[in-house]
Amino acid sequence: MGLKEKLHSFKEQNKDKKWIPAFNALHTFLYLPNETTHSGGTHIKAADDLKRTMNTVIMALVPCLIFGMFNAGYQHYLALGEIDAANGFLGASFWTLDNLIVGLWQVLPLVVVSYGVGLAVEFVFAIIKGHEVEEGYLVTGMLVPLIVPVDIPLWMLAVAVIFGVVIGKEVFGGTGMNILNPALTIRAFLFFAYPTWMSGDKVWVHGAVERAGTPDAISGETILGSYAQNNSVVYDYADMFWGLIPGSVGETSKFLIIIGALFLIFSKIGSWRIILSTLIGALVMGLIFNGVVSAGWIADSSKFYGLMSVPFWQHLIIGSVLFGAVFMATDPVTASQTNKGKWIYGFLIGFLSILIRVFNPAYPEGVFLAILLMNVFAPTIDHYVVQGNVKKRMKRLKVKTA
Amino acid sequence: MGLLSKKDVKLITDPLADNNPITIQVLGICSALAITAELKASLVMGIAVLFVLGIGNVVISLMRNIIPSKIRIIVQLIVVAALVIIVDQVLKAFAFELSKTLSVFIGLIITNCIIMGRFEAFALANGPWKSFLDGIGNALGYAVILVIVGFFRELLGSGTLFGIPVLGDAIEKTGVYSIGYENNGFMLMPPMALIVVGLIIWIQRSRNQDLIED
Repeated sequence: MGLKEKLHSFKEQNKDKKWIPAFNALHTFLYLPNETTHSGGTHIKAADDLKRTMNTVIMALVPCLIFGMFNAGYQHYLALGEIDAANGFLGASFWTLDNLIVGLWQVLPLVVVSYGVGLAVEFVFAIIKGHEVEEGYLVTGMLVPLIVPVDIPLWMLAVAVIFGVVIGKEVFGGTGMNILNPALTIRAFLFFAYPTWMSGDKVWVHGAVERAGTPDAISGETILGSYAQNNSVVYDYADMFWGLIPGSVGETSKFLIIIGALFLIFSKIGSWRIILSTLIGALVMGLIFNGVVSAGWIADSSKFYGLMSVPFWQHLIIGSVLFGAVFMATDPVTASQTNKGKWIYGFLIGFLSILIRVFNPAYPEGVFLAILLMNVFAPTIDHYVVQGNVKKRMKRLKVKTA
Repeated sequence: MGLLSKKDVKLITDPLADNNPITIQVLGICSALAITAELKASLVMGIAVLFVLGIGNVVISLMRNIIPSKIRIIVQLIVVAALVIIVDQVLKAFAFELSKTLSVFIGLIITNCIIMGRFEAFALANGPWKSFLDGIGNALGYAVILVIVGFFRELLGSGTLFGIPVLGDAIEKTGVYSIGYENNGFMLMPPMALIVVGLIIWIQRSRNQDLIED
């Protein structure tokens, strides 16, 4: 008897026990459940249930998380001047144990708090509403540590997670019913509630906050921050692409995000339409701004000049446009459902992201606001796409009968 | 029988809970969102509405038989406007700072849906005493929600109550700030007031299932 059968028979033997939902949760995390649909009628049997879908996304996120841990340590020691800059992705001073230890010390608590608090809220609502614990938090819990600064106090994260899960998801009826992406709701809450911990040049590198104002002060301004203040940028394009830059924990390495994106597209979990159209939208807006600059309509003393003059393709490798497009915009619950709707939805996300980024220097990271806004519009877009189809077919019907 | 009959008491207590103008009828939301960042402003706003609605209801009720129904909205507006101007001038004279905080929202009491709603729905059809009680009740119901929202927003947003720091000094890092607590800037923004009102509605309806529509 293989391990798989043993687990199934173990489940059968203990099915009356109180703790069996917990066993089931872990069991189906890795193995296919042996329940099958009842006979009679026609069914398509597929293994990719909600949990399998979520796990695929988590697997796509793991490289970003691991990179984020190394990067946390790397940025910390680099800012202290204790190590030399690593040249390229495989640089010797990047993949070191010291970097990883700092990263583990800083990032693992974020993961633990995110999952612990979020699942606790899910448990409470599962008990109140009387259903099994929903899988909806699995991906959110993984995304949250990746989109916050590394030094965010844990209690703030906990408060934000409670807010995001309750207001962003449970009030709408739980997993699958939410209008807003819960992970982004959590980030938006943090951003507006504790702006000093979510923006500026002191929060992106571990240790920068407590050193502020002392002779040992270190600065880790993000590239977007530098552009927004018309400062010169000290990182080259290779660093931006590989991710050796300060930023939120998991969004710096464009290389690993692209790997994750390919994984999601080939496993057919993420919609390539949304990812592609988001990138197109961002490029179009970038081109428009480049056009404005080259036409000489804006003075270089303007506060928008810095970000407006960024070459259009570079918008994709600074900030989190790519991370948002791949992991946030594609959330199947909050995105548009129709194919044509997905193109519109994605395009507007990219378009608005760059618009917010350029025109509001207070929010250089406009991606999360753009996605939340389009989350709200997604049902409307779908409605008009469907109505458009209905109209087209009615016309065809009339032509035929006439 | 005392001053208030059972029915009269109901006129006051109903709007406080099961027929609250904000959480059940969802009227007067705009001012509830705008001025509740401070407890003091919420309280003063509540008192201002109490004054306007209490007296306004009596005035309208006294005139109810002589107001031509075609121009009753104009008449009601004039009554509210007169009362609001009194409140505004009193505030400017005795609490100038506060009147600056409340700014345009005192003037906007004129358009507060609760006031016109009570004139139309109650004062035009009932005697002055009952109208007075109804006005007091609804204004109190409004004020209670404003004070609750204002309490949480000022406590969590600024760490103060009535401007007095109760959680310690945020800049000197005393009290709870010394262990890393920080004020929640989101609480000071109007969207959070909407969410707090929403939470109150949620709690109220889950305690009293009869209030859930549909």
